[in-house]
Amino acid sequence: MAKPKKSRNSAPDPSVAARLPWQPSAPPLATALLISFAALLLRALVSVGPYSGQGAAPKFGDYEAQRHWMELTLHLPSSDWYRNTSDNDLAHWGLDYPPLSAYQSRLHAHLINASLPDAVALRSSRGFESQESKLLMRWTVLSSDLILFFPAALWFVWAYMKDGVGGSGERREGWTWLLAMVLLNPCLVLIDHGHFQYNCISLGLTLGAIAGILSRNELVAAALFSLAINHKQMSMYFAPAFFGHLLGKCLKRKYPIVEIMKLGFVVLGTFALVWWPYLHSYEAAMQVISRLAPFERGIYEDYVANFWCTTSVLIKWKRLYAIKPLKLMSLSATILAFLPSFIQQVKSPSNLGFLYSLLNSSFSFYLFSYQVHEKSILLPLLPASLLALHEPHLHGWFTYYALFSMYPLICRDQLLLQYISVLGLFVLIYYSPGGNYGKGMKISSGTMAVLSLPLLCSILLHTVYLQIEPPKRYPFLFDALIMFICFSQFIILTLYTNYKQWMLDFHPRPVGSKKDL
Amino acid sequence: RPQRAQTTPHPVRPLQISNWTTAPMAATSSPSTAAAAMWAFAAAACVKLLLVPTYRSTDFDVHRYWLALTHALPARQWYTDASSEWTLDYPPFFAYFSRLLSLPAPFVDASLVDIPVPAAPPSSAYILYLRLTVAFSDLLLLASILLLARDARRRQRPFLALLLVLWSPALLIVDHIHFQYNGFLMGLLLLSLHFLEQGKDLAGGVVFAALLCSKHLFLVAAPVYFVYLFRHYCCGRGLARGLGRLVLMGAGVVAVFAMAFAPFVYYGQMQQLLSRLFPFGRGLFHAYWAPNFWVFYIVLDKILAFLLRRLGFSIEIPEASFTRGLVGDSSPFSVLPKVLSRLLSPFYPREEC
Repeated sequence: MAKPKKSRNSAPDPSVAARLPWQPSAPPLATALLISFAALLLRALVSVGPYSGQGAAPKFGDYEAQRHWMELTLHLPSSDWYRNTSDNDLAHWGLDYPPLSAYQSRLHAHLINASLPDAVALRSSRGFESQESKLLMRWTVLSSDLILFFPAALWFVWAYMKDGVGGSGERREGWTWLLAMVLLNPCLVLIDHGHFQYNCISLGLTLGAIAGILSRNELVAAALFSLAINHKQMSMYFAPAFFGHLLGKCLKRKYPIVEIMKLGFVVLGTFALVWWPYLHSYEAAMQVISRLAPFERGIYEDYVANFWCTTSVLIKWKRLYAIKPLKLMSLSATILAFLPSFIQQVKSPSNLGFLYSLLNSSFSFYLFSYQVHEKSILLPLLPASLLALHEPHLHGWFTYYALFSMYPLICRDQLLLQYISVLGLFVLIYYSPGGNYGKGMKISSGTMAVLSLPLLCSILLHTVYLQIEPPKRYPFLFDALIMFICFSQFIILTLYTNYKQWMLDFHPRPVGSKKDL
Repeated sequence: RPQRAQTTPHPVRPLQISNWTTAPMAATSSPSTAAAAMWAFAAAACVKLLLVPTYRSTDFDVHRYWLALTHALPARQWYTDASSEWTLDYPPFFAYFSRLLSLPAPFVDASLVDIPVPAAPPSSAYILYLRLTVAFSDLLLLASILLLARDARRRQRPFLALLLVLWSPALLIVDHIHFQYNGFLMGLLLLSLHFLEQGKDLAGGVVFAALLCSKHLFLVAAPVYFVYLFRHYCCGRGLARGLGRLVLMGAGVVAVFAMAFAPFVYYGQMQQLLSRLFPFGRGLFHAYWAPNFWVFYIVLDKILAFLLRRLGFSIEIPEASFTRGLVGDSSPFSVLPKVLSRLLSPFYPREEC
């Protein structure tokens, strides 16, 4: 590492007179801590804003759901958490995440109970809202973020730089920007600390698993990923990537069966540990599983930029088919969509290919799976931010449209100010003077011209959505337009990333021939 | 250490081990200071936007009232109106500034310019508008920083120091949470200092006079300015030229003060204005102690009160005591005499800006 320049005694180098704070060769640990603090500040500031369903009696929103789960898990025995009882009315925000979410709710409930028992009192605290409880609840998310997501991000960047994902070392000096891109994920900040959810836990565990794979601790990675699945079943979107990559790696080893069995033991052991209270009977386990996969809600809900919802403008899926054939269709479409990246990883696993395959498999689930929420765009967004150094344009483009696809949700939650501010900060950091956005693929001017059209439309739609009333015949016209634009961009993106992953096999990255001094 | 031959200005990056990375990278030249300063201001602006829904102190109501006051009433009544407890206690240029801010206000929320101020809590449009005025007035701070940054290299002033003014946490907390308008006042101060650095003493003096007419707290810097300008601008050029310059500087300052105070001299309200600007009736201290020398006086008073009470004297605890957070006209001291306001007025370091 170059020695830090001591410019105190000599005149500052005129060519670097306008260095921004992170540009000098500052010690890496301090810089990483500073970036983490800045990310924490951003989260704390967004937390000041409103949460989902604030003041919206009687149903409220995700905030009330999380508070209700804390109330349930604190006072009821674990056998009652997923069952409809007199104390647990499943119609009012019943638990629909796997047991690890429930354990996490219980832990947070203990903390809140210690300071403000009224907020989590059984039955009487329904719809409880106060400044103190908001502060405490926000702190549970902030602390979960700090404990899980931040260390995972730091580990990931460290592992990424150590092994030089992609072979050559030409990306080495971009690590501060990469860390900022991972930690400053606008959608994650707005959803977790604005709307109020705990995606940071499952994404943090997944990120830890990814970092584990990059640093060749596969058993740890398998355990962490199993925990992630047990926190939110949507983490299964990444399962094909993990499975394909690990399978490919195992097959290349001396005793593949032993390796696979080791991984299998770790995964099964983790699952057994988490599901322990429900393993005593088949009914108990099925009770939980039926809550996790509510097929009766239909193939799509509201307006989400995935295949089924977008094409439903032309082909009315819900009217043409019953639930069972639709389930089958979405399953096969999803499998077909992630099959290419899966096969590529099984054939030739590599760290870079693994990151691409994460993006591809989560995208395929987002586009074709059953009952996808608009918040699930967070899942493909994570590997996109991890690939920020390799695909800076893709990352910026994708983040913008992911945010845009959540715009109606943001407006409903009155988080517009936070949206503008977080998007502004993201754009500033992305284009930070002396940053890395200029690298990567050069985009031709023709492509730029084509891409700028949906961009302009989206900017226009931002204001139109707020100010103009939609026509009476089509009250959701603008939501549909937003969905359509985002879907078109997502399709282009996923085709591109699938192509890139396949091309990895045919254009091996040039090995760095220069050595360290 | 091997000397790197740099053909393009290239900031040193962490983990850079050698200079073999220049080829595959796009030309990322070091940003100009102006671009970096504007970038930093934009980042601070995003943070200021996030601070809109945070806590507002009574200073928010103060400025809301002044905005309505300067819009709804003629200048004759600005310093005499008592429809609210938050009477105008800044010099006239700040009142003119409030007037300026009140011009777009009716389009945002008509109740913004009602006198007397409605008792209802402010609407979110209202809050957003006022918060944005603070953020916009910070543009003056940015302008001064840009001017200072132009000279930074020559004066060996690290750019980071200038950035930290834009990102100053104290300024963010006081201006954008507590709610005040110190950003643009600091901008005026820095502008004046920039002029002095450039040797344009007359301009610097005039800008400082304007600053004094915006917030008289900056009087604390007046002695320094006076001595510097006298020594640097007037002295050392012979008696005639020096006197001429003194007159010129004096004329400039007087002109600025005249622009500010002339209408109120005409209305015969100077006494009222001064009593509003320097409310000695409030006493030596504010409800919240500033960490200054007079703390010793307070502590001494408390110790004496305690000892004398122990010895059997009956010492009253005053209503406006220092630990109760109340202000009033009665003496807040138990034992020691209330410090005579008129005698010690130049030393009044009231922490309330």
